[in-house]
Amino acid sequence: MTGSLDAIDRSIVVATQGGLPLTPRPYHAIAERVGLPADEVMERIKRMLASGVIRRIGAVPNHYALGYRANGMSVWDVSDERVDELGVRIGTLDFVSHCYRRPRRLPGWRYNLFAMVHGKSRDEVQRKVAEIAALLGDANRGHEVIYSTRILKKTGLRLTKPSRV
Amino acid sequence: MQPEMDDLDRAVINRLQAGFPVCDRPFASVAEGIGLSEDELIARVAGLLERGILTRFGPLYNADRMGGAFTLAALSVAAPDVNRVTAILDALPEVAHNYEREHPWNLWFVLATDSPDGIGKTIARIEAETGHPVLNLPKEREYFVELKLGA
Repeated sequence: MTGSLDAIDRSIVVATQGGLPLTPRPYHAIAERVGLPADEVMERIKRMLASGVIRRIGAVPNHYALGYRANGMSVWDVSDERVDELGVRIGTLDFVSHCYRRPRRLPGWRYNLFAMVHGKSRDEVQRKVAEIAALLGDANRGHEVIYSTRILKKTGLRLTKPSRV
Repeated sequence: MQPEMDDLDRAVINRLQAGFPVCDRPFASVAEGIGLSEDELIARVAGLLERGILTRFGPLYNADRMGGAFTLAALSVAAPDVNRVTAILDALPEVAHNYEREHPWNLWFVLATDSPDGIGKTIARIEAETGHPVLNLPKEREYFVELKLGA
């Protein structure tokens, strides 16, 4: 929606996508790397936070290390008239990480609402899924919980070019 | 198999999931709030990353806003064919994540390309190389994306 970044923003993205340097003045270290004044780097990072290019700055835990071993992708067939209103409400549940509307692909795929649910066990995930089902009520015309069994590839999204003007 | 964590580690993880300031001495300002020194906090974060308890520390970018195109896609592949198809997906730089899941649609992956027509081309290529139709489920609306797990 907001278009792409300018070349300087991209250079900051590339310099930080591996993480922030663990030094007392991390933004100054980034500034040195990209050859800009630290104030400008901090201004641009604040702007990217405000515009949503940066979701947040912080830590991403390994959910397996914290004991969240069960990861269930719950998929729901919700009436088109109510899916947006209900999707927003499901998104506010603290155990739901990602919540999206996606297209149905009939006849092979009927589900239009996706909510990723994390728990310490499958029982816990099932209890949380039951909470979602209760919230959806009769707008829910069917759902499944699809568990992951193996991570086959997890490279993350990376920009490769420092700039593209 | 769960790595050892003390209460201070948990406090650091919970605090750092809530955000990190943009200022001259951000570690110092966060450290003060949880009763640590700047150096102690930096050492804690380094230790959590080394032990794999944190996978990342820094800005989390919203890929959608950076000018690329993305989709969630799935394949339905019989067990004897999974390794061959996985190798094909592994070799494609456009495939960012790939999970095996318990479902008739058993391989779920994210595609990321520089432009919208790159998605179509990549899907056509995956279908040609694997011989299986791809279920293409691009995001139509995002209600929420954030993961904060209590440590």
